[in-house]
Amino acid sequence: MGAFTMDESWTKAKAVFASLATPPIFWLLAFFLVPLAIIWGYSFGENKSLTEIAVNGTFSNYAHAIKPLYLGIIFKSFWFAAITTVLCLIVGFPVAIAITFATEKSKAWLLLLIMLPFWTNLLIRTYALMAVLRTEGYINFTLAFFWNTFSHLTALFGHPLGPFQPLRLLHNNFAVVFGLVYVQLPFMVLPLYAALDRLDRSLLEASLDLGASHLTTFRRVVIPLAIPGIVSGVLVTLIPSVGAYLTPDLLGGPSSQMIANVIERQFKTANDWPFGAALSFLLMYMTFLAIAVQAIVSRNRKGRER
Amino acid sequence: MRLVNRPPRSSRRSLLAGLGAAAAGLSFSGLEGCAPKGRIGPNGEELRLNLYNWDTYTGKTTLADFKAATGIEVKMSLFATNDELFAKLKAGNPGFDVIVPSNEYVTRFRIADLLMPLDLAKIPNRANLLPAFRDPPFDPGRRYSMPYTWLVLGIGYRKSKTDGVPDSWKWVMDSSRYSGRIGVFSEADDMIELGAKYLGHSVRNIPVNVIDQVAEMWIRQKPSIKIFHHDEGQDLLLSGEIDIVMEYNGDIAQVMTEDPDLDFVVPREGSIINSDSLCIPKGAPRPDNAHRFINFLLDGKTGAGVYNTIKYPTPNAAALALMPADYRDNRVIFPPAAVMAKCEYADFEGLDRAHLFDETVTRIFAA
Repeated sequence: MGAFTMDESWTKAKAVFASLATPPIFWLLAFFLVPLAIIWGYSFGENKSLTEIAVNGTFSNYAHAIKPLYLGIIFKSFWFAAITTVLCLIVGFPVAIAITFATEKSKAWLLLLIMLPFWTNLLIRTYALMAVLRTEGYINFTLAFFWNTFSHLTALFGHPLGPFQPLRLLHNNFAVVFGLVYVQLPFMVLPLYAALDRLDRSLLEASLDLGASHLTTFRRVVIPLAIPGIVSGVLVTLIPSVGAYLTPDLLGGPSSQMIANVIERQFKTANDWPFGAALSFLLMYMTFLAIAVQAIVSRNRKGRER
Repeated sequence: MRLVNRPPRSSRRSLLAGLGAAAAGLSFSGLEGCAPKGRIGPNGEELRLNLYNWDTYTGKTTLADFKAATGIEVKMSLFATNDELFAKLKAGNPGFDVIVPSNEYVTRFRIADLLMPLDLAKIPNRANLLPAFRDPPFDPGRRYSMPYTWLVLGIGYRKSKTDGVPDSWKWVMDSSRYSGRIGVFSEADDMIELGAKYLGHSVRNIPVNVIDQVAEMWIRQKPSIKIFHHDEGQDLLLSGEIDIVMEYNGDIAQVMTEDPDLDFVVPREGSIINSDSLCIPKGAPRPDNAHRFINFLLDGKTGAGVYNTIKYPTPNAAALALMPADYRDNRVIFPPAAVMAKCEYADFEGLDRAHLFDETVTRIFAA
């Protein structure tokens, strides 16, 4: 390559680029964009029979989807996702910092630990979580053991404790948020780590040398420099959480229905693909809007800083 | 403490079975296209048959016996829900010869014109069927389906945690006595139809104002309900997570063998009967083999082999006669005739109905 001029190497590279890029572009078109476009088309369609959908440009599915019932469920899904994201950020930030400051060797191991859950199917992990949280699960079993031991001790002094009341940890909204945090945490930690790892350590030393406390340094140096990582971490945690389906389904209680559960039923028992498609795309439009607003806000802020 | 590490036991509709079904679905595409043409039988059809069935839903030797009798090799793929079955065939039959939908889906398949009419002359063993199953409302004259098993929804419960036999839907739908220990089947149809049944209506043609009444009842009941389950009610009951649950008799019968403290009752108001049925989808590559297979399954001895394994109630008199007494006299598998007389088949009543039911449960879950 070195022998070519810039122009020549670029013409040469174009052929290489084309041959490398064609398969993934084809893949993206055939298996992602085309099916997505079909579903988008369905969202403007009508059920003609159990098996036929007529795409006739109707907006009735969207009109139905913005009824208060469905908007309420979408709002609730965003609320669950927001709580999940905040908790992931609070838990994930110290973890990411710890990995950043670990030795090179332990860093690799810690990153491996973060990624380890991906080696197991989400369904299996969720079932495992159920075994931990349920009424006769590992947490309640452990608590009961300590409770009973302590009760034996107090009984020696004539004051036994009452029988152990198991905690209700499963099949409620707590379990859903707990499950979502558990599933999404790696997606928060990895971008945070990527941002923090690039951070110039001399800036921290400078801040500390100039008399700032650790807390102030964290607040006024580390966090601002980690903003890109925080933003991407928040996005990759928030968006999948809004569309979570398995977690509310398996860990949730009677009031844990999220929008993905409603959408799922449209493609199954209700057999209303056009409405299911409209709900899915409504969610997608909202997500795009949120990303666009975020992008505009961050551009304005950069503009002001200049 | 009962946790996940108990002996493996599969249920016809369990979620994990869905995983197996997904895997089977993936491998299926290879069944028709790439396999070399096999030997041809005397009826001019290849000596093969593609069966699409629920998990753990044949006897230990059923398929091998059929091969020994006819030389026809059965390839079985598994589905976990009727929706999955319907979705797979909706876009065109990918090569299945025999499928096993439940009664409401027999109607859906028929409306969608996806079933081949049966040639009853080729199924002489239909004479073995109990009279009650010869002319069901969802398939008058049995023109499209033959019954394989039936199921009834009722209440599974833990004897030591309930006051007597909870033999009314009230204890699940309309009472706080078992608050926090109740499990309810999350299927829209079942929730609304059984609610209407409790309020004294038929499970079919429910008036709209009754649907609203049922929805209000469920919303009132929600603080007492621990979980809306997806047909894993028997596991929740067995693990002690809940003490009273809306479930199928066959599923509770399976866990009762593991825990003698569990029992099942069909509430006195009556309930919904389901019937899993053998059908031949349109476009089946080997329809004559399919008829022979259905006829074989309706044989008394074959049937006894099947029901001995899966413990579901049989609609087959000849098979029933060959079954041991602990199956025939099991009042969970065969609830008392007096209460069964109050049970009905539900039916698929059109897409608008399905959408109304779905929106109603969405409202209940969101409340």
